[in-house]
Amino acid sequence: MIWFVAALVGMAALAWAFRFAGQVATGNAPKFRDMPYGVAYGYVLGVAVLAWLVWAYMQGRSDDQAIANKFFFLRIAIEGFIIFAIAAWIFRLLGRSVGTAGTKKLFRAMPLTASFGILTILVYAVFAIFAGVIAPYGQEQIIPGVAANIIPGGDPALGGNPDFPLGTDQIGRDILSRLIYGAQNTVGIAFATTVLAFLLGGTLGFLAATLGGWLDQLLSRAVDVLMAIPSLIFALLLMTIASVWAPELGIPLTVFMVIIIAVIDSTRVYRLARAVGQNIVVMDYIEAAKLRGEGLGYLVFKEILPNATAPLLAEFGLRFCFVFLTIAALSFLGVGIQPPLADWGTMVRDLGGFVNFAQFAPMAATAPLLAAGAIALLTVAVNFVVDWMLQKSSGLKE
Amino acid sequence: MTEEPLVKMRDVWLEGRSDETWNPIINGVDLTLAKGEVLGLIGESGAGKSTLGLAAMGYTRDGVRISKGSVEFDGIDLLTASAAVKRQLLGKRIAYVAQSAAASFNPAHKLIEQHVEGPVQHHVMSRAESEADGIELYRKLRLPNPDEIGFRYPHQVSGGQLQRCMTAMAMSCRPDLIIFDEPTTALDVTTQIEVLASIRDIVEQFNTAAIYITHDLAVVAQMADRIKVLLKGDEVETADTRTMLSAPTQEYTKSLWAVRSFERPLKPAVQTGSVPVVSVQNVDASYGTVPVLHDVSFDLHEGRTVAVVGESGSGKSTTARCITGLLPPKAGQIMLDGEALPADYRKRSKDQLRQVQMIYQMADTALNPRMSIGQIIARPVEFYLGLKGKEKRKRVDGLLEQIELEPSQYYHRLPSELSGGQKQRIGIARALAAEPKFIICDEVTSALDQLVAEGILRLLARLQDELSLTYMFITHDLATVRAIADEVVVMKDGRVVEQGPKKEMFKPPHHAYTDLLLSSVPEMDPDWLTNLLKERGVDNIGDAAVDKM
Repeated sequence: MIWFVAALVGMAALAWAFRFAGQVATGNAPKFRDMPYGVAYGYVLGVAVLAWLVWAYMQGRSDDQAIANKFFFLRIAIEGFIIFAIAAWIFRLLGRSVGTAGTKKLFRAMPLTASFGILTILVYAVFAIFAGVIAPYGQEQIIPGVAANIIPGGDPALGGNPDFPLGTDQIGRDILSRLIYGAQNTVGIAFATTVLAFLLGGTLGFLAATLGGWLDQLLSRAVDVLMAIPSLIFALLLMTIASVWAPELGIPLTVFMVIIIAVIDSTRVYRLARAVGQNIVVMDYIEAAKLRGEGLGYLVFKEILPNATAPLLAEFGLRFCFVFLTIAALSFLGVGIQPPLADWGTMVRDLGGFVNFAQFAPMAATAPLLAAGAIALLTVAVNFVVDWMLQKSSGLKE
Repeated sequence: MTEEPLVKMRDVWLEGRSDETWNPIINGVDLTLAKGEVLGLIGESGAGKSTLGLAAMGYTRDGVRISKGSVEFDGIDLLTASAAVKRQLLGKRIAYVAQSAAASFNPAHKLIEQHVEGPVQHHVMSRAESEADGIELYRKLRLPNPDEIGFRYPHQVSGGQLQRCMTAMAMSCRPDLIIFDEPTTALDVTTQIEVLASIRDIVEQFNTAAIYITHDLAVVAQMADRIKVLLKGDEVETADTRTMLSAPTQEYTKSLWAVRSFERPLKPAVQTGSVPVVSVQNVDASYGTVPVLHDVSFDLHEGRTVAVVGESGSGKSTTARCITGLLPPKAGQIMLDGEALPADYRKRSKDQLRQVQMIYQMADTALNPRMSIGQIIARPVEFYLGLKGKEKRKRVDGLLEQIELEPSQYYHRLPSELSGGQKQRIGIARALAAEPKFIICDEVTSALDQLVAEGILRLLARLQDELSLTYMFITHDLATVRAIADEVVVMKDGRVVEQGPKKEMFKPPHHAYTDLLLSSVPEMDPDWLTNLLKERGVDNIGDAAVDKM
């Protein structure tokens, strides 16, 4: 504790010295002259954190296994960060030189975060679509003669097996194959659910904005009621009911899940669509179209929708993340995607116990973290792309 | 002048960033301003006058930079001065009055609280002193209830009063320089007078130097000692106000001066007994329970222009909404060619809708930003006339030619790629595409520069002659009325105050309100404001005059 305080005080002095040195060295250039003390402190703090990261990374590569294990995950994170950054950079470079003039221009103004996001989403999409071709084993295949709980890494010295680079799960299924099939199940179902939520919420939202009056009141109050119930608990409740109905009606539980989550999430889409729609409806060109005698369909699809695409697309990205996390959460709780279908949420739950080994056998602990990482990575990637699109659409308005 | 000037800008170049390149906004303009002098800065929108005005404070908006030149204020170089030095100057010795006071005040704080911020921050006065001083300034600016008005929130006072409160705020530290950025552009003529008079008085009283930015020549003639004319970032000429008005040397300045000369020949009187195209008969209307129109009646005859005049809130636009059917009237009716129109536009037939078209004030919001020009104009052609494919394209091209835009060049463009005047032309083309008899023009020129506005007026006049269209022209600008109207309807508080042929309307005797409106329109004579105030008696301007009626 005392060292921590001392470091902070030391940095305070360093910040002052840094600014002063800058002023002297550059002959009082405006950058240093007008630099507030807080900014100078920020620079010093940033450098200190960077230095600590470098030190921690070196610790992670230490020969002493005990020390290396302690910093194992930090090392993986730093290496992953650098590899992803380089991949994104190369991808952007590729985008700038290949393709039509339009896509080239798009890539030229693209931040690295966005190109990382697009690359990640593309990779996920490829895995999801071609899961059957890429995965070495089936998702429910229990490989005969293979031990359960093989540790990821493929290093026999640590309890791995080169044939199963990411190890096997508690009943001896290949984790790599299940991860790949999980992309298909989890991401595919999330995508379908989001599309459904948007069709429902978007259409009703625009209708409410255009027509107003009692329809608007009715829909808005109904949405208020649905939104008043905590969504995850509501979904859990409905899923429990559905799990009784599903076998009776002979409809897979997954279909119920898609519908339930779509309805719950469509309330958020409805609110956005209605708010955006209301801003557009008051425009003079809508009045001109109304006075021309145009029908409702023309108003909504030709006049309103094209002007609402930017915020709706951004919302689509965010909503997709939420839906995806909800599905993973439901599966984790046991009412979502049902075994033996591979699903990331279920995989985290099933292998969760291994996290306890993180301190002394980090490789064993990665088994549940692989699925969790897949979820986290996609969420971050989608958000990067959404941020970029938002920025682009707001830039257009200026 | 032996005294050192207050502001000295030498060879200033400004650049703005768009599409990843720096484009010039101001190309090497010099500007000097002596202590206590008022300089008028005029030009069309996009001429760079606001940018230059802000640069005089050593400030640029985001995405704008001063690429070359020097800006000196009282011997201090503002471009190299440190942030600390600038903080000492801005607000204390240099103040800024923005165009829209409503958007510039913080709606969450009372006016006086925002007023005292500057003096307290700069340690000029204590809070109590500054409050007392604020009330004194409000009194000097002839605000009603000066003792109490400061304790209201911005939304509780009118636009003209807010603009004066902002002037008071700019004055709070007794600055040496105030930059007025179009302070009266958003105001009615009758309100404008008050603000102009108060600004002029207070600037004279405290011997403050000012840069007055506007596009209205008549306004600048009242305010400025010297006028500088800008065109696309270049200085056209600078001269003493009187010299500039009487003998402009440059071609461009002359053309600016000549705009107001456009006037159409008078048409013969309407034959008695002819059926009017549109007739508004005893219309009462209300928004919810608030009545806005009372017994409004007037006729519009074929091939004629009826100008509906009045300040904002007088019911001009509401009348238009009743005619189009957006606001069904409570009583009375609208006749089209002698037949009563259904009150609600939803109940009107396609042909009835086609006959009544509308052109909007803000071309920006009247055109769908995601549709190309071709699509915008083609829609009514297809919708009403049922034309398809080649025939449709031919008709759209014909319409574009009618509004003097080259079809091949503009067909595929988006509205955002057009200038304000061009957008307004597209609005006209869309109305024409329906082949209507009657067009409502709602303040179509008020958002445009004078030269561009004149072009639109000439175009509308030509189209009327060619197609014998009937116009209802809603405006608050009497210069426009003079230029284009055949008949005039004056409205106030939802009632028709006076109506008749233009010739008679511009001749006395007038109704008291018409008189106030007419006399409030600024004229190009630099002594106009002084004479007017003398005539009305200083305490009797604006609000007071309206209240008296």
